[in-house]
Amino acid sequence: MHETTISLIELGAVFFGLGILGRLAWRIGISPIPLYLIGGLAFGHGGLIPLTGIDAFTDLASEIGVVLLLLLLGLEYSAAELMTGLRRSWMAGVVDIVLNALPGALVGLILGWGPVGMLAMAGVTYISSSGIIAKVLGDLGRLGNRETPVVLSVLVFEDLAMAVYLPILTAVLAGVSFVGGLTAVGISLAAITVVLVVALKFGRYVSAIVDSPDPEVFLLRVLGAALLVAGLASQLQVSAAVGAFLLGIAISGSTAENATRMLEPLRDLFAAVFFVVFGLNTDPSAMPPVLGWAVALAVVTTLTKVATGWWAARRQGIGPMGQARAGAALVARGEFSIVIAGLTVSSGAVDNRMAALATAYVLLMAILGPVAARVVEPLARAARNRLSPAGSA
Amino acid sequence: MTPLPGIGTRQDFVIRAGRRIGVITYRDGKFELIVSQEGDPDACASSIPLTPDEASALAGLLGAPQLVAHLGNQHRDVTGVDTRQIPVVPGSVFDGRTLGETALRTKTGASIVAVVRAGNVHASPRPDFVFAGGDLVVVVGTAEGLEAATDILASG
Repeated sequence: MHETTISLIELGAVFFGLGILGRLAWRIGISPIPLYLIGGLAFGHGGLIPLTGIDAFTDLASEIGVVLLLLLLGLEYSAAELMTGLRRSWMAGVVDIVLNALPGALVGLILGWGPVGMLAMAGVTYISSSGIIAKVLGDLGRLGNRETPVVLSVLVFEDLAMAVYLPILTAVLAGVSFVGGLTAVGISLAAITVVLVVALKFGRYVSAIVDSPDPEVFLLRVLGAALLVAGLASQLQVSAAVGAFLLGIAISGSTAENATRMLEPLRDLFAAVFFVVFGLNTDPSAMPPVLGWAVALAVVTTLTKVATGWWAARRQGIGPMGQARAGAALVARGEFSIVIAGLTVSSGAVDNRMAALATAYVLLMAILGPVAARVVEPLARAARNRLSPAGSA
Repeated sequence: MTPLPGIGTRQDFVIRAGRRIGVITYRDGKFELIVSQEGDPDACASSIPLTPDEASALAGLLGAPQLVAHLGNQHRDVTGVDTRQIPVVPGSVFDGRTLGETALRTKTGASIVAVVRAGNVHASPRPDFVFAGGDLVVVVGTAEGLEAATDILASG
């Protein structure tokens, strides 16, 4: 089969190239997401090598990538952790939403993308990348730091916020009326409540459906359940991603840990395809006009995230250096900003400039986040020494 | 105990020297030993990853003297009886031989009450217990008995 041969070679070259990019990214201490996006941009619109014949596969693979990204986001925190997170850190969570969703919504308003575009852009600038942040905190040996639980509890709250936000966004994207929108909000709030109650009280039973001591059977069951739920959710106009996310929350305990360990490599594979496809579908020539907005958003939302972390850490009695570290740690945006932009653009509710803006923004933030987390200590120390020259570091 | 959502838990305390030391227990069972920075109690100077075996060995190193002290306290009421921990040097006479072969009680009157191996305490070992290099043998007896026991375990 000649066509299959070419597809295999192309696919192999793409994965191998992504592997090299990923290695390069972690070597220089940044997340590979921006490099995957750039890779997609380079191969897209009049790019270096036009890829033909594998788009059927890559389109499906990128859908699976979104499902797995959201499933693992749901698996990351147990229902009990979500509830304690909600109780302990709701104030920091609200500050986080207000400070970080507003800049995005304002830019959406100024660019004339209407309420839908505002809602989507608010999500893009609000949601931190828990993947990048957890990796950076681990790499820098900061998991034992006192400010780290503060950072994590903000991420937990964002996770919960996504559970409410995503169904609303998808309902609005589907073009429902104001009343219909309110109904969708009601349904989604009811759904998340039911899922949380089920996960807290009957999490074992949900887990038992997918659990198996045999790793092969377990993998097939978890993956099968995720795709089934995602497909059914999308049939009910709730978006596949939301279904997978809620399933992730409902699976609990050791089953969730095993599922995470097993699905992580798969998620990384399909998510990489998702980022490349998003880059492919973004028109590079649309980027220069929105680059100014992306840079402005990057500057503002870096400061607002730093302020969020600083405020949250200060309330918990963390020292000045810890406050600075908590702020800088939260800066990174990544996979979920792209997921939100992807959902929005593919629904056709907002024009393609949003894809370009989101790409440029995430390119900046996914690079800036890890760098900010690294340089914050020397910077804060220098600033302190400058303020009080006699003080020792 | 401080939960670290998505990662595990952190347990730590501030020691008299002002530093904070503790352990991060990951969900998958790995451990990390953390020591806070001097001057910034919020930050960690180092976090050292430990396998479960290594963590239990470290716990033994720190915990075994407490065990012996505890035994010593129990025996203090009985005058003339003392506790001592004697190492089995790797490659020495009893490395690989059984407790019974030492004939410790017959020769010295002292008894072996426990063996500490890789952080685990084997209490009241039976005569068929096989020693290994690196074991710490906890012996109870009179001062002379303990001296003799030390000599026997060192050189047969």
